[in-house]
Amino acid sequence: MAEAKAIDGRSMVRRRAGLRLWLSAGWLGLLCIAALLAPWIAPKDPLAQDLFLGRMPPVWVMGAEPGYWLGTDSLGRDVLSRIIHGARIALMVALIAGTITCVIGATLGLLAGFLRGWVDLVISRLIDIWMAFPPVLFSILLIAVLGPGLWSIIIAIVVIDWTRFARVVRAEAMAQGAMDYVASARVAGRGRLGTMLREILPNVLPTIVVLLTLEMGIAVIVEAILSFVNLSISTDQPTWGGMISEGRASVHQAWWVLVFPLITLFLTVLSFSQLGEGLKDRFDPVLR
Amino acid sequence: MSFLRVNNLSVRLKKGPPLLRRVSLQVAAGDVHGLVGESGAGKSMIGKAVLGILPPSVEVTGGEIWLDGVDLLSLPLAERRRRIGATAALIPQDPLTALNPSHRIGPQITDRLVDILGWSRADANRRALELLAEVQIPDPDRVMRSYPHELSGGMRQRILIASAFAAEPKLIVADEPTTALDVTVQKQILKLIAGMQARHGTALLFVTHDLGVVSKVCQRLSVLYAGMVVEDTSVADFFAAPRHAYSAALLAATPKYTDPAAGLQPVPDAVIAQVRAEVVAFDRGAAHG
Repeated sequence: MAEAKAIDGRSMVRRRAGLRLWLSAGWLGLLCIAALLAPWIAPKDPLAQDLFLGRMPPVWVMGAEPGYWLGTDSLGRDVLSRIIHGARIALMVALIAGTITCVIGATLGLLAGFLRGWVDLVISRLIDIWMAFPPVLFSILLIAVLGPGLWSIIIAIVVIDWTRFARVVRAEAMAQGAMDYVASARVAGRGRLGTMLREILPNVLPTIVVLLTLEMGIAVIVEAILSFVNLSISTDQPTWGGMISEGRASVHQAWWVLVFPLITLFLTVLSFSQLGEGLKDRFDPVLR
Repeated sequence: MSFLRVNNLSVRLKKGPPLLRRVSLQVAAGDVHGLVGESGAGKSMIGKAVLGILPPSVEVTGGEIWLDGVDLLSLPLAERRRRIGATAALIPQDPLTALNPSHRIGPQITDRLVDILGWSRADANRRALELLAEVQIPDPDRVMRSYPHELSGGMRQRILIASAFAAEPKLIVADEPTTALDVTVQKQILKLIAGMQARHGTALLFVTHDLGVVSKVCQRLSVLYAGMVVEDTSVADFFAAPRHAYSAALLAATPKYTDPAAGLQPVPDAVIAQVRAEVVAFDRGAAHG
């Protein structure tokens, strides 16, 4: 019986995807709870400074101060509390910027790939031109113009990254558009919009989901990069990028100020991409 | 009065060479008309033009397509689509890409009836079950709830045939419906299509490169070369005495089970040269008006 199960490749894929899905969803869920309940579950005030408690190591290292689980930074602020509060900005950027980017990029890609003709010509040239801009400089320029703040970051991410969706979705929509079931739908008299939404979109959806979660991870990184160069949110709001930037200066005296936000960032970005892969397998009718 | 009448239809690649050269053919109501020719001769292109699904890289440069007494090409786009949807259907070539992998079989048959033709959901479901039974699908209830990947190629082609007949079209374009199937399944599917066609009295435009198939199911056929009709005749006359040298060569190229020693006979170069010369002469004539 066990052998028969192992031979069926579908159940194998499903189980592996399941584990991946649950691990990544678990971490992101934890992060969401932390972000929502930050003021109540953070052990300390993330902004409270205490110069007598500067650069205290995490609790399991000699000389730690009780109550500061992951140590303190050079101003005596609690690292754990700052990471928990930083999750708010990180997740907000990931969800809002990721979703808006996805909707705009995927819509344009779908239209270009399915309608072809001049629509495709315009959108494709736009993508080509857009991708010729160096993204980091472009975002710094945008923030400089818009001024720092949460919405500036979100706008910068959307403006730069929509091409990522548009390109891939366009190619997918084109491939799907050549399929016979699209021809049959057209013969039956289904309109262009109807065909696009009913016949093409469901088959492009798994790809869109993967791209969306990937984009959420990228959004977290972009926010961190912008914080790192001090172009993100105002400095009294804790962000992971800001913490990494501050920790870099004192890495030899207090490695924990750098390492813990970095690990959090790493796990979050990884979880987003793994969540996408796991969800794709769920969405795929052949693997379902 | 023929149900489908194609008159001097010309199609070309946008700013490119012609693909169909003033093609004319007529299909009477309830008749089966074969379209034969080599790859790239324009067989499928005729079917696509009739159904209004030419690829965007291609344009119609002249001619008429009369379907049920109306010239489709003279109608505005929306009206043309509505007419085609109401009177014609397609049996596609490759059953593996002709069903949407994201939807269950049931809705793929019924949604068009409900959304476009305004049937009630119950009527459409009853009709789908009836047709699945007619194409000899075992356990139609279960199949309606299946996804395409759960079914074999032969099953999928049966479903596509059922789906094509669902709205009782008066014309069906079958674009090499057996090419992608196993030889053993091909015969069953062919029989099924012929049987359904006869029972429903549907006119059939049958695109194929298999003359054996033509001899079994068609009443008339058009032989195409480079988008030009070189012969348009009844099947009986064609197999008795093809008039055009190219048709004769095509017929002679059919492998014979009875005489394996004869091997495969290619179309002779002289015949190719002759039919090419005709195409060139045609293009020159067209250029001079």
